[in-house]
Amino acid sequence: MALLSPLNLVNDLLLKVFNQETINYAVWPLIQIGLVVTLVALWVAYATYLERKISAFIQARLGPMRVGPWGLLQPIADGLKLLTKEDFVPEKADRWIFFFAPYIAVAAAFIVFSVIPFGPDWAVITDVNIGLLLVLAVSSVGVLALILAGWSSNSKYALLGALRSSAQMVSYEVGMGLALIGALMFSRTLSLSGIIGAQGSDSIWFIAYQPVGFLLFLVAGIAENNRAPFDLPEAESELVAGFHTEYSGMRWSLFFMAEYAAMVVVASVATTVYLGGWYVPFVNRLDTNGYHNLYVLVCVLAFVIKASIILYIYFWLRWTLPRFRYDQLMDIGWKWLIPAAIINIGWSAVTVFLAQALDTWGVLDTIQHVGYRLDLTAKGKGVVIGMGLVGLALTGVLLSRINWRSRDFHLKTQRRNIRLVDVPKGKPAVAVAERS
Amino acid sequence: MHQVEIATTQETLLDSPEMILNMGPQHPSTHGVLRVVLKLDGETVIDLDCDIGYLHRGMEKIAENRMYTQIAPYWDRLDYIAAVSNGLVWVETVEQMMGLAVPPRAHYLRTILTELNRIASHLLWLATHALDIGAVTVLLWALREREEILKIFERQFGARLTCHAWRVGGMPNDAYDDFNSDVRTFVNNFPKRLDEYETVLSENRIWLSRTVGIGVISAEDAIAIGLSGPALRGSGVPWDVRKSRPYAAYADVDFDIPLGENGDTYDRYLVRLEEMRQSRRIIDQALEKLPDGPVNAKLPKIVKPPAGDYYHSIEGPKGEIGCYVVSDGSAQPWRVRVRPPSFVNLQALKQMCVGHLVADVVAIIGTLDIVLGEIDR
Repeated sequence: MALLSPLNLVNDLLLKVFNQETINYAVWPLIQIGLVVTLVALWVAYATYLERKISAFIQARLGPMRVGPWGLLQPIADGLKLLTKEDFVPEKADRWIFFFAPYIAVAAAFIVFSVIPFGPDWAVITDVNIGLLLVLAVSSVGVLALILAGWSSNSKYALLGALRSSAQMVSYEVGMGLALIGALMFSRTLSLSGIIGAQGSDSIWFIAYQPVGFLLFLVAGIAENNRAPFDLPEAESELVAGFHTEYSGMRWSLFFMAEYAAMVVVASVATTVYLGGWYVPFVNRLDTNGYHNLYVLVCVLAFVIKASIILYIYFWLRWTLPRFRYDQLMDIGWKWLIPAAIINIGWSAVTVFLAQALDTWGVLDTIQHVGYRLDLTAKGKGVVIGMGLVGLALTGVLLSRINWRSRDFHLKTQRRNIRLVDVPKGKPAVAVAERS
Repeated sequence: MHQVEIATTQETLLDSPEMILNMGPQHPSTHGVLRVVLKLDGETVIDLDCDIGYLHRGMEKIAENRMYTQIAPYWDRLDYIAAVSNGLVWVETVEQMMGLAVPPRAHYLRTILTELNRIASHLLWLATHALDIGAVTVLLWALREREEILKIFERQFGARLTCHAWRVGGMPNDAYDDFNSDVRTFVNNFPKRLDEYETVLSENRIWLSRTVGIGVISAEDAIAIGLSGPALRGSGVPWDVRKSRPYAAYADVDFDIPLGENGDTYDRYLVRLEEMRQSRRIIDQALEKLPDGPVNAKLPKIVKPPAGDYYHSIEGPKGEIGCYVVSDGSAQPWRVRVRPPSFVNLQALKQMCVGHLVADVVAIIGTLDIVLGEIDR
């Protein structure tokens, strides 16, 4: 009860102004929204700090060190700097679209947080029964902002960046959506809390059932966020800054925030669907022992840590890999990712069928309980995990069959070593003085 | 500014499948102030034109009004990444005009320091080339090693970039006290660092797919255009001035020439990496054989080469850098002309780029390893 009392205190205070119904349906959600937006914005800001630090350590340097201890205040200093910078609008830009594009980007990224379950109970703003669909739908609005920004800037670099980003995000959304379907077959719900619940009741993360799906989602997520090695829309060495070439000051930083917020979204969805979300084994004892709010906080912390691990993978990849080319990106999207996702769907269906069939045939005792969701016994989990690993191999084999004829598949054999030759030396061109 | 002549249709942007994209002079990866006007169909390059001259400082004209010994610092500003090599071509040209024999120690020190400079230049090339293709981390790793070389330069010459390394007839001063041990440390540590780059890039699928088969130029075309240096050797032509007309102390050291096969960006990448290994080998041998003695030849008060015209070239990091000097017997050259490797190598850009995508243009500019200071002079 330790942490519950402050909430009750606030509730009592609110009761003096509103009735309990208003508080439940309007005041508490608003407080939740305010908190989530603030905290997520802070998370986003410190994600930039972390990225700078991690990239610095990868590159044998220190990163931000001057503003505050270990440069911890750097994101705040950056924000202040960007707020005070000139917000420049090119003369021939389409003014209104140019103004509103960044807001669309940020809004699309932040709206998704309304359904992300950061923890149980009060740590989720709302639990929509089509949560995952909503996440995909809203985050794909983000591409609109990029296109509008690129188009309204009236700059060729921005236009090229916008074209690239629209092609990229449209094709990777397909792969992303298809990659998630495999996991949905096990959760049997689109509600994000429901997906976590399914993993909690099975006490296993879906990454074990769906290794292929997880990998596909990670890759598609990077592409969806326009992050390296898929950061073509803003490929700085080719397109200067891509779709936000003409943006400056706070409007630019809104795009920047949207990018990081979208990363946090993808990391959160990956955590929710594949890494068990806020679910941590044994922690619910806190709940049953009466420390409900502490339990929620621990779960939120677990969620943030898991999502941050995925963010770290993103940073790591960005600072390690070179950038793909536009056509290669499309190849990966359509010739690798989408076939793999379709194979994964088929294989997951076979897995679910087999897990149930083994039980009905009486071969193996796999099913604990069939109802709203599929509850597996330990043997059943073993079967599904085994099938998942087989699926990993199967996907690899099928993909290599599909792409056997493509040029890029045999890159390593195309690579030839250089040869070293020793050419006989010609007549020296310079005179050497006698040794004195 | 000269008119860039690319035929444009009179249609508007929407009707026409073609788009003119102006790349540079302010662009992150045109390596200075190169302006490339691209004619694009979608993102495919169908035509391009280079516009140079944004960094023109009239070096060759300035040289006509300077004494022979005064010209050397200007040469540092040609290819400012390889100032030591550039300085060497000037002083060696003058020494040949004068018929001056330089003491062997000076020759050896010149060999060591120009090879260090070659490594530094190749490291900067690797850094920026990888950055252009998107591998940002290699940039800082390569600059870390380059820093070690620049520290040696700073202690030896008093400057890091534009060193004014040589004097006609030898060196301004002998090697500093810890020179041998500093160079030795670098030579010993460097191979490990090179292997690090190789682990990040050479086997990397993305790197391979971005470089294999990109910007291919055949040996015949390379010779016809007049490419030199790693760009030529990447196409498999065994031409290296250090071998064909050895200068400094190159006649006394053993080294191999790395040759590519396909003449693509990946081959040129491998050639440059191997060249760094060979440079290290050269430094190693030269340091071993480094003779004692003076570092300066006796020089008249005023350098007045006899009338006539002279050409001398050395193998700079970017290719064959040559100096053509016409003397009228006075203390100032009558006419100076530099053969800039970057300028000649840049001519291959169009042939390499047409048919590739915008992203490849950046990779190809990187693989040609141009320096605008040298192109524009």
